[in-house]
Amino acid sequence: MSATTQRPRRALFGKGFKMTLGGGIVLGAVLVAIFAPLIAPYDPYQQSLSMRMKPPAWMTGGSAAHWLGTDAYGRDLLSRLIYGSRLSILVGVTSMLFSCLLGSAAGLIAGYKGGRWEQVIMRFADAQMAFPDILLAILMVAALGGSAVNLIFVLGVSRWMIYARVVFNLTRSLRQRPFVEAATLYGASDRYVVWRHLLPQMVPVLTVVSTLQVAQMVLQETALSYLGLGLPAPTATWGNILSEGSSRLFVAPWIANLAGLAIIILVWGINMLGNGLREHVDPKSRLAPR
Amino acid sequence: MLAYAARRLMLLPISLFLVALVTFVVLRLTGNPVDIFLDVTSTPEQVAALTEKLHLDEPIPIQFLIFLRDLAQGDFGVSLQFNEPALSTVFQRLGGTLQLAGTGLLIAIVVGVILGLVCAVWRDRFADLAISSVAVAGQSMPSFWLGILLIQLFALKLGWLPTSGAGGWRHMILPAVTLATFLLPNIILITRASVLEMSGEQFVIAARAKGLSRLRVLLTHVLPVSLNPLLSFLGIQIGTLMGGSIITETIFAWPGVGRLMLTSISNRDVPVVEAGVLVIAVGIVLTNLAVDLLQMLIDPRIRRH
Repeated sequence: MSATTQRPRRALFGKGFKMTLGGGIVLGAVLVAIFAPLIAPYDPYQQSLSMRMKPPAWMTGGSAAHWLGTDAYGRDLLSRLIYGSRLSILVGVTSMLFSCLLGSAAGLIAGYKGGRWEQVIMRFADAQMAFPDILLAILMVAALGGSAVNLIFVLGVSRWMIYARVVFNLTRSLRQRPFVEAATLYGASDRYVVWRHLLPQMVPVLTVVSTLQVAQMVLQETALSYLGLGLPAPTATWGNILSEGSSRLFVAPWIANLAGLAIIILVWGINMLGNGLREHVDPKSRLAPR
Repeated sequence: MLAYAARRLMLLPISLFLVALVTFVVLRLTGNPVDIFLDVTSTPEQVAALTEKLHLDEPIPIQFLIFLRDLAQGDFGVSLQFNEPALSTVFQRLGGTLQLAGTGLLIAIVVGVILGLVCAVWRDRFADLAISSVAVAGQSMPSFWLGILLIQLFALKLGWLPTSGAGGWRHMILPAVTLATFLLPNIILITRASVLEMSGEQFVIAARAKGLSRLRVLLTHVLPVSLNPLLSFLGIQIGTLMGGSIITETIFAWPGVGRLMLTSISNRDVPVVEAGVLVIAVGIVLTNLAVDLLQMLIDPRIRRH
């Protein structure tokens, strides 16, 4: 087994390359989202009966008027994808922040207070690990209907325990470090210890986890939109475009394929950035499963 | 060992209680249950009947106790679409979901473990780099998009397999492969990491020193202990598998519980949604318990903590 011969690991991509490429893709997507009204050639909701399901420019029947073609209502696909990036990034980042706050607070309390707090919070986290967010989304949409706020709530609530576990473990090990014990012995308040000594130590790890979580949130958002559990129909989100396109695979396969391509490029970029950051923070962790 | 099993069993009612609590809070407390269970055209008689059925005139803690009692009896009310008890509607479709999830899981484990082994054995060689890179890229891929690509290639272009629906084994291939890809990348990476970690252990070196062949050591000494991290991963990922099954059922119009729940949402058939969510959640909780106990049997080290 070659595993026993400890050869230094040759990396296909270095961390610098990963962070540059991933960061570049993410930066590009964010710029597109911010300047969507300036870049998009058409209004993403403007329908046109005569221009229905025109293929992209490089396919026969396509024209330069609509580079990526049009959808079943004659709406310009490129413009819809550009506007869709706004919602995907917005929902992904907001729900990440929401679950980060929720989970970090829970993990901090469980790790710092210990005892009964730890039992209740961590058992609850264990129990929820098993509960797929799609079930929660199904319940929420059945009760309240689909909206951006519900979507962010479902995504945020369904992943808080990932942060809770990370922060819980960090808090427990940090509390035993001399500088924290010293501060406690000198009579520092809990709040001082948490803000001054615990949280700053967690920033690198939380940055890595959060970056990778945005990718998961974007994927989950598109999956929920695809199932009709996201934002209601005419809204230009990547999941909605993919969902509309997948019912027209026979006649207009490019709609679903281009939406899927947009999703995979952004998510891959975020994952590259996150993996690069992780190797920067913890060089031993390459290729860890998520 | 019995103490561990007993402690693990004690978590079961807690998990079940939490599932019931979440369902109750979302369906009964987030809005007006009358609006959730009935549509705008409902008559006062329907509203009165629903109020009596859900005991909406009682205080909320009493409502919750009645809700728990009904759950224990399997009484979720009557499906509005099929006009039969919601639970039996769900059970009729459960077979489809289990069949799909089981086949998908089997494909994911067999293919994932083999590819993970290949990566570990030929570490840093071309095969490892290729498979690991594809696995890492696979983590970025929306699996439902892969399903759509598979339909285009194998059903529309080549015409080898049906696009959707249920029937013989040929209907099963595309949905099962799609569902398998929800877990496959992680199974490959976990197997790879775990085999590499175990390969450095003393008992492996001892077995090699005894003169056993590499293949023999790999299959009889390294692989069994390497499966344990995989098993605990799969225990956690049963939820992902069920979520993936709901998505896959939608892509391929597969008759399972997931698709039933989604069509029930658009038909405002809340009893079926409620029954479906609870049946799947209870199934996940029980599977998790089974995986934990199984792990304890395989690896005696766990019994000690």
